[in-house]
Amino acid sequence: MLSKCLLAAMSVFLAAAAIPAAAQDSMPPAPYAYNQLADPEQEAKAQDLMETLRCLKCQSQSIADSDAPMAGDMRHQVRSRIAQGEEPEAIRAWLVARYGDYVSYAPTVSETTWPLFAVPLLLVLLAGIILWRRLRARS
Amino acid sequence: MIRWTLWVPLALFLLFCGVAAYQLTQPKDEFIASTMIGQPLPEFDLRAASADRPGLAARDLRDGKPRLLNIWASWCIPCIAEAPQLEALRRQGADIAAVAIRDKPEDVARFLANYGNPYSRIGADDLSELQLAIGSSGVPETFVIDGQGIIRYQHIGDIRASDVPVLMQELAEAK
Repeated sequence: MLSKCLLAAMSVFLAAAAIPAAAQDSMPPAPYAYNQLADPEQEAKAQDLMETLRCLKCQSQSIADSDAPMAGDMRHQVRSRIAQGEEPEAIRAWLVARYGDYVSYAPTVSETTWPLFAVPLLLVLLAGIILWRRLRARS
Repeated sequence: MIRWTLWVPLALFLLFCGVAAYQLTQPKDEFIASTMIGQPLPEFDLRAASADRPGLAARDLRDGKPRLLNIWASWCIPCIAEAPQLEALRRQGADIAAVAIRDKPEDVARFLANYGNPYSRIGADDLSELQLAIGSSGVPETFVIDGQGIIRYQHIGDIRASDVPVLMQELAEAK
């Protein structure tokens, strides 16, 4: 009896957990979502860029790692723009202009991120000064 | 006596732990807001997503009339939840243009037959191109577009009853 109850509760839970996965479209993937560019040099450029762009639907993955349809559409966008001769950093800038720094995994120094770069430098400097003063005091 | 400065590193470390612990207990904000607010819509021309409504082009959204631009899809479950609210917005006088993301005409028709059609136009965005160009990161999302085709406001997620007056207000301000 108890096990039956548990089983029922579990199946309800699993069904509820499955709902987001069911919300997928029935369209075929974009042409360049899973197809590489013919030119290996261009494909390498696209791959490098795609590994440093964040998937917006699955926020802990890059678009190169994700099977979300939107990530596929982003890969299509990246590959077709590179095929047209656009520079990877221009494509990154285009996306950052739309989604903010959030969309890019490549670290940039900006108004909000500069402390991340400044604090370690300051700490190393501070440690150096303390060490220098200690050594001087001892000698 | 121990000098008080000896305690400074420990105090700093505890402060760091405190900040980290506080941040870990805060709910994570999953929304990625568009940074296109105040920017004009990009040029686009989308084919009609359903048989009984025209498609959608950028020029349709800069004819002097402010509109809602609803980004949705027939396969999106929260879109079902917001359908009655979109209908309420339409009844209050909002003109709602729509973009269907990665959708087939038959699926769009079935959704509209089941949950109502509050839209004046529905464009089909098969490769999420317009969605990416306006900084939208999912479905459903609703943008307020002023009469000159400038993006004025973004609502992320399904529209609840409490969001209806907010959107009507934003629409009135976008004149």
